[in-house]
Amino acid sequence: MTLTEKLRERISRAFYSHGLLCASYPIPIILFTGLCILACCYPLLKLPLPGTGPVEYSTPVKDYFPPSPDPVSQQGDLGERPDWYVGAPVAYIQQIFVKATVSPWQKNFLAVDVFRSPLSRVFQLVEEIRNHALRDSSGVKSLEEVCLQVTDLLPGLKKLRNLLPEHGCLLLSPGNFWQNDRERFNADPDIIKTIHQHEPKTLQTSATLKDLLFGLPGKYSGVNLYNRKRVVSYTVTLGLQRYDSRFLSSLRSRLKLLHPSPNCTLREENIVHVHFKEEIGIAELIPLVTTYIILFAYIYFSTRKIDMVKSKWGLALAAVVTVLSSLLMSVGLCTLFGLTPTLNGGEIFPYLVVVIGLENVLVLTKSVVSTPVDLEVKLRIAQGLSNESWSIMKNMATELGIILIGYFTLVPAIQEFCLFAVVGLVSDFFLQMFFFTTVLSIDIRRMELADLNKRLPAEACLPPAKAVSRSQRYERQPALRPATPHTITLQPSSFRNLRLPKRLRVIYFFARTRLAQRLIMAGTVIWIGILVYTDPAGLRTYLTSQVTEQSPLGEAGLPPMPVPGGVLPAGDPKLDLSVFPADPVQLSENQTQQREQKSGLDSLSRLEANQHSWAQGPEGKGNGQTELGTEAEVTWGAEDEEIWRKLSFRHWPSLFSYYNITLAKRYISILPAIPVTLYLNPQEALEVRHPQEANRYHPFLASSGAKLGAAAQPDQASPKLQGHRDVTLYKVAALGLASGIILVLLLFCLYKVFCPKNYGQNGLAHSRRKRGDLPCDDYGYSPPETEIVPLVLRGHLMDIECLASDGMLLVSCCLVGQIRVWDAQTGDCLTVIPKPRLRRDSSGVFDYQESWDHSPDGKNSLDDSFESSHQLKRMLGPPQPPLFCDQPDLTSLIDTNFSEQVKVPESETRLRAVGGRQKEAGYDFSSLVGKVYEEHSTSNCIGFTGLPAPHGQAGSRSLGCGNEEGGCSSRRRSLGDESFTAFDKSSPLPSWGGDLESSVWSLDLQGNLIVAGRSNGKLEVWDAIEGTLRSSNEEGQSGITALVFLNHRIVAARLNGSLDFFSLETHTSFNHLQFRGAPSRSSIPSSPVFSSSDIITCQLTHTVSCAHQKPITALKAAAGRLVTGSQDHTLRVFRLEDSCCLFTLQGHSGAITAVYMDQTMVLASGGQDGAICLWDVLTGSKVSHMYAHRGDVTSLTCTTSCVISSGLDDVISIWDRSSGIKLYSIQQEMGCGASLGVISDNLLVTGGQGCVSFWDIGYGDLLQTVYLGKSNESQPARQILVLENAAIVCNFGSELSLVYVPSVLEKLD
Amino acid sequence: MAENDAMPTLPKKCGPYISSVTSRGMNLVIRGIVLFFIGVFLALVLNLLQIQRNVTLFPPDVITSIFSSAWWVPPCCGTASAVIGLLYPCMDRHLGEPHKFKREWSSVMRCVAVFVGINHASAKVDFANNIQLSLTLAALSIGLWWTFDRSRSGFGLGVGIAFLATLVSQFLVYNGVYQYTSPDFLYVRSWLPCIFFAGGITMGNIGRQLAMVPLHRRSDRTELK
Repeated sequence: MTLTEKLRERISRAFYSHGLLCASYPIPIILFTGLCILACCYPLLKLPLPGTGPVEYSTPVKDYFPPSPDPVSQQGDLGERPDWYVGAPVAYIQQIFVKATVSPWQKNFLAVDVFRSPLSRVFQLVEEIRNHALRDSSGVKSLEEVCLQVTDLLPGLKKLRNLLPEHGCLLLSPGNFWQNDRERFNADPDIIKTIHQHEPKTLQTSATLKDLLFGLPGKYSGVNLYNRKRVVSYTVTLGLQRYDSRFLSSLRSRLKLLHPSPNCTLREENIVHVHFKEEIGIAELIPLVTTYIILFAYIYFSTRKIDMVKSKWGLALAAVVTVLSSLLMSVGLCTLFGLTPTLNGGEIFPYLVVVIGLENVLVLTKSVVSTPVDLEVKLRIAQGLSNESWSIMKNMATELGIILIGYFTLVPAIQEFCLFAVVGLVSDFFLQMFFFTTVLSIDIRRMELADLNKRLPAEACLPPAKAVSRSQRYERQPALRPATPHTITLQPSSFRNLRLPKRLRVIYFFARTRLAQRLIMAGTVIWIGILVYTDPAGLRTYLTSQVTEQSPLGEAGLPPMPVPGGVLPAGDPKLDLSVFPADPVQLSENQTQQREQKSGLDSLSRLEANQHSWAQGPEGKGNGQTELGTEAEVTWGAEDEEIWRKLSFRHWPSLFSYYNITLAKRYISILPAIPVTLYLNPQEALEVRHPQEANRYHPFLASSGAKLGAAAQPDQASPKLQGHRDVTLYKVAALGLASGIILVLLLFCLYKVFCPKNYGQNGLAHSRRKRGDLPCDDYGYSPPETEIVPLVLRGHLMDIECLASDGMLLVSCCLVGQIRVWDAQTGDCLTVIPKPRLRRDSSGVFDYQESWDHSPDGKNSLDDSFESSHQLKRMLGPPQPPLFCDQPDLTSLIDTNFSEQVKVPESETRLRAVGGRQKEAGYDFSSLVGKVYEEHSTSNCIGFTGLPAPHGQAGSRSLGCGNEEGGCSSRRRSLGDESFTAFDKSSPLPSWGGDLESSVWSLDLQGNLIVAGRSNGKLEVWDAIEGTLRSSNEEGQSGITALVFLNHRIVAARLNGSLDFFSLETHTSFNHLQFRGAPSRSSIPSSPVFSSSDIITCQLTHTVSCAHQKPITALKAAAGRLVTGSQDHTLRVFRLEDSCCLFTLQGHSGAITAVYMDQTMVLASGGQDGAICLWDVLTGSKVSHMYAHRGDVTSLTCTTSCVISSGLDDVISIWDRSSGIKLYSIQQEMGCGASLGVISDNLLVTGGQGCVSFWDIGYGDLLQTVYLGKSNESQPARQILVLENAAIVCNFGSELSLVYVPSVLEKLD
Repeated sequence: MAENDAMPTLPKKCGPYISSVTSRGMNLVIRGIVLFFIGVFLALVLNLLQIQRNVTLFPPDVITSIFSSAWWVPPCCGTASAVIGLLYPCMDRHLGEPHKFKREWSSVMRCVAVFVGINHASAKVDFANNIQLSLTLAALSIGLWWTFDRSRSGFGLGVGIAFLATLVSQFLVYNGVYQYTSPDFLYVRSWLPCIFFAGGITMGNIGRQLAMVPLHRRSDRTELK
């Protein structure tokens, strides 16, 4: 024993005991595994949830300094400081938030006036900012020094070249639309169009140019024609390279001084740092999605091989759970030991699954389900495990080795991957061994419980199981396998019901599971979830703001506070005024517009609705003067706080990406915005008005002013806004739905296009089953071949030629013409035909021995008077005349005849027997007669008719009845006295010998009657139980090549191409029974169809003398039709009732060799040309034509969905019945080509060298191979016959083997 | 090794029936088309992977980034994959050694996943130097072949394809049709042959799987005689 073998045995032993353990205590083990998984996954709780949204962190403006780039130095600084907050930000964003309005509003103003003049002021503002410089002791510091200098735009953004700044400060304002040129702005006839010309037409989630330049969401800007509040907002966005607090505060104070915002309540104490994670764009997702699709395809193709278990999907789920939780465990364990995963988990996950794979799980399942089903569950699990232990360990070692090699690449990413993979592999192995095995044992136990009741009747017909030593079998050797089970597990599975075309199956699957619907639903839900999650103004922001107590909603009620002076450095004396805007009235007096407002302070007649609630300062009120209209008041509310939050979260990344600056894994710091309020007087608005606008736009009030009074509620705008957003949501949902449907349709079309190619691909793997190879399936896994000892039926001297069965009985016939009847249940030989003796109680081999021993000294034994008399009595039982007088109209006559003749023949025969003995001493005539009588009633009759005169009359009378020439002539000849002796001598003897010589060419069985067609043209009807000849007909001369025996009707096809229709008639004669003392016969098991006491006549009803020009080779009857196939390349269809020829089917280019027809009137025929034709018998049309085999088609059968053919090329091909497409084929062993049988609609049996294999027809999977003992090892199974009680009879030369497949019964019901 | 090359090359027998010939031709065309589209798809996806190396943050318009490679790249890859995918089963048939190893779709899916993974590694994983990267990828490619193919003919054809494709890309780069950012193997990246080899094995695997129906029919005919 080599080391490997020792190791192997040890492993297998360990697995065996492990399997026993798992199957014995399933629940504790599953609980234990669950605990293990939870414990290992616990460290995962610490990991941040994946998400790509930006993360914020606020620091006070006061004492702000950029964090140091070294994270270690500030470790103890602030506990809550996020780990990304190191080093300087990419940029500081300073927004100058401008709100501007034209006040007072005049009624004759145009809608465009709302924003034209406010926008025109941006150029001035930008100029101010650009030229701002801080002069202090260190010198002059201009904006150019602190701002973020940007270079070229990305080459792909040529259209934005004039709009975004290049080679200078990153300073964005709406003025960029007009290249910061006031003249251009003034000359622009249509502002809206200019602004919107770069807006994308489609739904866009990322930032648009308008958003970028305005610095706030488009709908807040107020630049549209229906701006009822008449306040225009925009920002000037300034990107800064360095944080210079003095410069910034000077800028802030200067702007505030120039454009004071009296009622501004914006808080300015916090810098918000926004950290952007690695952005996953859709384009980046495509490879990821592809890998996931491949992963799912892999999982699908793997798990669908799980079979023969109680719940296929349950096990598949368990397999997937095993893999997933092993991955989670590996991540958890790695985290626990300080190996923080830096890889993107989502990206490497598919590869990990692929590396770990599902194979072990599948192999385990297959191995366990293929253990003998009658073993205990524990033992089955243990055996299955130990069978596969070696391969599992080998695979595991190989994978670990590969990963180890990967680890030594010393590339950090690969090392990390390998580490994960190793931990994952180990945990996967652990889970397979504990979790999956246990689940499998539970599943199998469930299956056994469910099947126990159903299987009982089938097992009842089994031979009693021999006691086996259930010794532990660690090795997968056939010799060690238990020899007892004659069982093969073939689970009824709903998945195997029907082999539909794949397309149909997919459609049915869709229909059954409503897959598309559910997918769309799930997709929509996920989409909405993503939208909600990522929407900057959505749930997430709301939640975070709730949590951090910075809710904009909560602040709405706060009274306006003066801006704390501490924010700004106190060193600048100029700032005092603006820093403490204690008296807004004072400040407002600086401006002319304000003064006008003041004049109307007392008049409260027309209170602007949107101001009354929170406007605190000088309230804008209409002064009652009609020409002036309403005065506008710019308010700063809570909703203006950190207006950048309302921007798309991709706003900043996309802005920076235009300059090829990535924000991924970096952060920007957003400084508090500087509020700027602009009031423009009507004159200014009129001045900037473009000449074309006057005629294009209607006065503002004409369109919307009329509604103003009615709809002047403060919350008027917000429902509008809400409605707008809802519409967007609906649009998104509708788009999602539509795209989902289109996707499904597209996939479906693609599937339809590609379908024919993958058609039946799954079955083809068996093509590699070669001669001598072990049969195995495409998985490289051969189901463990079982060995059982079949019932061997021996007795035939020569090779068996014909087999027939009706489920209860089995009839075989060998080349010499000996027919044997076997009990299909027990395998006992009931009768041998022809037999020299007439013992009814004999059976089996015993009978065989005796009968052949008997024959040599038959004369002596038959000399016994008792014996002979007994025989004669029996002989006389069925009287002869009816055999001759077949005509129905004469039966009454015969019956009356019979009653009066009964005594006479008896006495006569006695006489004759004695006389015969006396007359011809050397020739034992009577014994011969006795023998021959049984099988050759006609010749016997001749003997009878020759002797007694009365009988001769009966014979002549019967001759008159007979109207067939051939029969008549022979009988006429026998009538002649001169020929009598000669005939008497010659005829019985040669006929007996001739029977042995004239072989049986065809055989059929029904009830207890055997119909045999002989090569000399004789048709015989035998009683199967008694072995007596019940009827015979030799009207035809040419050999009967095929027979059909169907409900009292026999159709015989002959070598000369003629077709004979016979009908069997029974005549029950009670008086005869009484006479003979019927009770003596009752001991015989009565046959279902024909009582042995009945008189059976075989009557030729019709002959089609020239059905075919050449010998008829195939014959089938079903559904009231009879089909003949002949060597003349044609098929003919006859009606059974009136033997009328309906169709002649032409289409083969060779002799017909096989024909199949079933109740659905579908006819399949195979010919010597190797072709298979499918016909519709109803119409006689050819349905399809397939070239199937190289050489003759030897046999042909159909299930409801498939056509199964075998040829001389030893290939069994399975075809789709409806389309005629070949599904797959099975290479048979040499000489086993024709041996196939269909057990049920989806179970096929094929023969091999000393074995039979079971296949799933639908999938082409090899289910099991059963070896039939040592004796048949080398012999090919030539023929397979499937009996109804789920037994299979295989023909191994002169022996028959009876194999039971009991559980098939389950499949039948 | 699951095959022996001592087997004599069987003379290819023409199918005796015209219908089987036409169906075979039809089948060939369909297979070619499928392989072409698989190739185009993989080319697009894998090209995207390579491009992502340079552009970490994507411009909003996705379509342009998908088709950011030159227009001729996907059709070329598609054609090449169709040729390879048809060549493999054809060669199997001519050598008379039908591919036996792991012929099923789940294994093919696994193979494709590993191929994408190799590409992913070549694009995303930061290696210390190019030699290391190339060696790793070479090992991975050989591993791919060993895991999913294991046929000598497959290996030979893969090496041939890799050689030829590298030559072609060298030629293309030499003529300035396109270029690599940091060529280290004459004009191209040194891992390119590995990728080509793995791609050849993968497409061959797919092609063999697709060809199983007609191939089997033919092998039936040739086996018997």
